[in-house]
Amino acid sequence: MSVILNVKAVSKTYQSGGDSLTVLQAINFEVEAGSIIAIVGPSGSGKTTLLGLCAGLDRVSTGSIVLNGIPLDDLSEDERARVRNQHVGFVFQNFQLLPTLTALENVMVPLELRGERNSKATALELLDRVGLANRGHHYPLQLSGGEQQRVSIARAFSNSPKILFADEPTGNLDADTSETIEHLLFNLNKEMGTTLILVTHDLDLAAKTQRVIRMKGGEVVSDTLVQDNAL
Amino acid sequence: MGWIVRMAWRDSRRNRSRLLLFISSIIIGIAALVAIYSFGDNLEKDIDNQAATLVGADLVLHSNRELAEEAQQLVDSVRSLSQGYSEEQSFASMVLFTSNGGTRLVEVRALGDGFPYYGQLETVPESAGTSFRNHKQALVDKTLMLQFDAEVGDSVKVGEMTFEIAGRLEQAPGQSGIAATVAPAVFIPLEYLPATGLAQKGSRINYDYYFHLNGGLDADAIAAGIDSLLEVHRIGYDTIASRKQETGRSFSDLNKFLSLVGFIALLLGCIGVSSAIHIYIKEKLNSIAILRCLGASARQAFLIYLVQVLGVGFVGSIMGALLGTLIQQFLPVVFRDFVPVAISSDISWGAIAQGIGLGVWIAVLFALLPLVGIRNIAPLNTLRLSLDAPSPIKDKWSWVVYGLIGLFIFGYAYLQLDGAVETLLFTGGVALAFGILYMAANLLIWLVKRFFPASWSYLWRQGLSNLFRPNNQTAILVVAIGLGTAFIATLFFVQSMLMTRVSLSASENQPNMVLFDIQSSQKADVVELVKAQGMPIVDEVPIVTVQLEAINGITADDARKDSTIQVSRRALGGELRATYRAELSDSEKITSGEWQGQTAKGDTARVSLEADYARRIRVDIGDKLLFNVQGVRIPAIVGSFREVDWNRVQTNFRLIFPMGVIDNAPQFHVLMTRVPDEAVSAKMQQAMVQQFPNVSIIDLGLILSVLDEILDKIGFVIRFMGGFSILTGFVVLIASVMISKYQRIRESVLLRTMGASRRQILVITALEYFFLGMIASFTGVLLALGGSWALAVFSFEVTFVPDIFMMLLIMLVIASLTVFVGLINSRGITLRPPLEILRKEV
Repeated sequence: MSVILNVKAVSKTYQSGGDSLTVLQAINFEVEAGSIIAIVGPSGSGKTTLLGLCAGLDRVSTGSIVLNGIPLDDLSEDERARVRNQHVGFVFQNFQLLPTLTALENVMVPLELRGERNSKATALELLDRVGLANRGHHYPLQLSGGEQQRVSIARAFSNSPKILFADEPTGNLDADTSETIEHLLFNLNKEMGTTLILVTHDLDLAAKTQRVIRMKGGEVVSDTLVQDNAL
Repeated sequence: MGWIVRMAWRDSRRNRSRLLLFISSIIIGIAALVAIYSFGDNLEKDIDNQAATLVGADLVLHSNRELAEEAQQLVDSVRSLSQGYSEEQSFASMVLFTSNGGTRLVEVRALGDGFPYYGQLETVPESAGTSFRNHKQALVDKTLMLQFDAEVGDSVKVGEMTFEIAGRLEQAPGQSGIAATVAPAVFIPLEYLPATGLAQKGSRINYDYYFHLNGGLDADAIAAGIDSLLEVHRIGYDTIASRKQETGRSFSDLNKFLSLVGFIALLLGCIGVSSAIHIYIKEKLNSIAILRCLGASARQAFLIYLVQVLGVGFVGSIMGALLGTLIQQFLPVVFRDFVPVAISSDISWGAIAQGIGLGVWIAVLFALLPLVGIRNIAPLNTLRLSLDAPSPIKDKWSWVVYGLIGLFIFGYAYLQLDGAVETLLFTGGVALAFGILYMAANLLIWLVKRFFPASWSYLWRQGLSNLFRPNNQTAILVVAIGLGTAFIATLFFVQSMLMTRVSLSASENQPNMVLFDIQSSQKADVVELVKAQGMPIVDEVPIVTVQLEAINGITADDARKDSTIQVSRRALGGELRATYRAELSDSEKITSGEWQGQTAKGDTARVSLEADYARRIRVDIGDKLLFNVQGVRIPAIVGSFREVDWNRVQTNFRLIFPMGVIDNAPQFHVLMTRVPDEAVSAKMQQAMVQQFPNVSIIDLGLILSVLDEILDKIGFVIRFMGGFSILTGFVVLIASVMISKYQRIRESVLLRTMGASRRQILVITALEYFFLGMIASFTGVLLALGGSWALAVFSFEVTFVPDIFMMLLIMLVIASLTVFVGLINSRGITLRPPLEILRKEV
């Protein structure tokens, strides 16, 4: 299988009032296309920072990240935005839907950004896939948390991403809703052949992935395959 | 681009009313400008249409002395080209209203038949404007009629002759209300002038000759053809075109001044817009980060919000233009006393387009400041909202926008002022005023924080600390309301300063009444009459009218022939009122040369010139002057320069001869006395007018009442314009209250959940606005105090004693208004039950 994400000797340091704070140090790993990976670790271990760097939301301080064959470090912010639009999908803990857009419009945005003509039809189809075909005209505030996350998942898959990053996707949901979202996420991932990288506190969720990267104090402390789910 | 517009539209859905509220800050400024531009357009059109009635004739020649034979021939030659000709002689004189004995110095206008050929003397009754010339009748200005409670049919005594009042004069051609305030007119038929006994040798009379030219003749061409001859005889002229140009120029200056005042209101509004958009963008941080996360470029994110600002800027400008068109209907009323034509209030599409264009441009320009920051909002904000956009100070585009704003303000002011220095002064002044207000606001806020009154009750402390809530707009509100307050407070201070100054000028033993135009033969009797009334003769001064014929041997003729000669052509041939005396008065000081009070027989007189006058006519100590004193040539040498304090009720002169030179020349006299009160003054004036009708009188009461009236009229205009700034401040306040409504509701709900009563919340809210109003008005008053002090010391040269009561009153009124506006807009916040709000997304 081909490597879709290559993280090499990555570290990240923030400057704050003259002091520097290193939140990631010498991170190395590779992700094969189509795999499902969980990044776990306690709060402050650098999971979300690592996710942000991998998705091209921020720049590394040292090291390099290559996403789908594209070295992110050499790109400007707008070039990275293009990469995100073409290859990456996101699911956030707090859904991050645009509050002024309807559910349908939220799903349409990535497609419209790509200039696709059939954005509405594709978005409707995706909403149907997540079971919200009849809620397309509703605004995020008119939807429950679970529904909002389903819209968010539909949006994440709308541009048929090569890789999908999910930051605590069930962190704000109750157990039943969480399960629905997990199923949805895994099923869509399987159907569309997407690589899925999850950041989570939930060890049960992590156990459902194929590989778990454990982090602590900004370093990877273990990187193990989950035998039952291995490809 | 289509997607950007679509996204802008979608994104604005839940914010349109708020966005409009942000932009509402510029509505008042745009309204002010559209009103002023429309007023200017209408005025220009009206002056064009009514230019002929401003002059009343095709050509007017005017002179301040009786025509010499050659000049008379010139007038006759123009008369031969005319189908109508009319003469007028006008001068200042006392009149007496016989019904109640009231007296006043007026402008007597003795008018021959025919004039005006365009327009009319507007009178009540209407026929009086023409019929009075056929009888022994007069037309009396409406302000005089009102002041002396006179009615048509009453009598008015002008000099030796009593006239029946034929009508009330509403409007004479080319006369503005303010001119009537300074010198109200009494028209009499020219044929009766000799009988009044007021036209005597040495009297200061203006002569006007009106021509209604034969059809097809060009007044300007005729005037241009005889221009040099007119100059020789020191005759001025006016044609319809020249008056139109002159009037247009004066009012274009007024319009430009008003535009600048309106522009300041607009700038205030723009700062409000910038501040509100800044908060809006802060709230949109997450949405922008999401869009960036989904692949929108920085440019796309920036354009989405720029399109929104463009849209609301356009809508706001249209609203401003509509309001301005409405306000414009009232401007003719505000300015009617200053304008000599009837002003129409037609809709000016040009002004509307200009206002809308300016509004959109300026809204975008000021919104760009917070908008450029959008480019720096990182997608990482979706994960970590604590990460803020980088400081605008470090963003070079912010500085480009600051530069554009500076350029725009300079450019706009330059278009109004037509001069780089004036523009720099204006731009610098605006920046300084804004800077001082902003710094003062921040300083006050810092002081309040630093010395926070911890011992106050909770409600007071909460009200005060509400001023510092996150995203507060306290500083901008203080600037906007403070600037408006500064305008109005300065106006009050200056007005009271001027009045006090004039009152003080005649305090204690200074004279407060001036009698002038006293003939030599009347002098002794007038002195006796004054003394008989129990009043002192404080000063008595002879006045001789002289004409400066040559400076160092150069005459006006020489100067005309050779333009390279460095003399003042204006001064040569001009008339001067001079006196002669042996000593300087206590209001004079020699600044250079040597004072000589007596000229020995056979010596050349060494005259003393007022220093500014000497500089204007470009003469130096030792220069030789040649005067024509009523036909007799008198050489003189410039002996000294004097500095004169003109700010007293007394006679001052540009030219003083020593004794022994012009003592026997034809002269009239000025006498100064001091009256204890108005009653004695009135009695004295009545007696004087009865006995010496040619003697004119000015007393301090008259000066004060005229000044008061003029200041009131000017003050009204300034208050009207300053009102725009205050209004803008209140609109910014309303917008600010609305912006923080969500936060306020949350605070209010929290407090009520914890058991606070509605009244307590209302008190906290009211106190917050009260503190805001007090800080803003205090800052404004401070600025006004500084400005007024500078005016007092450097311009009026008086000690500035601020009126504490007025200061407190202004602050209290502004603070009360702020509380009122704030509370009205906050009422929904305190009235809604907590549960309803908790259930609802607010």
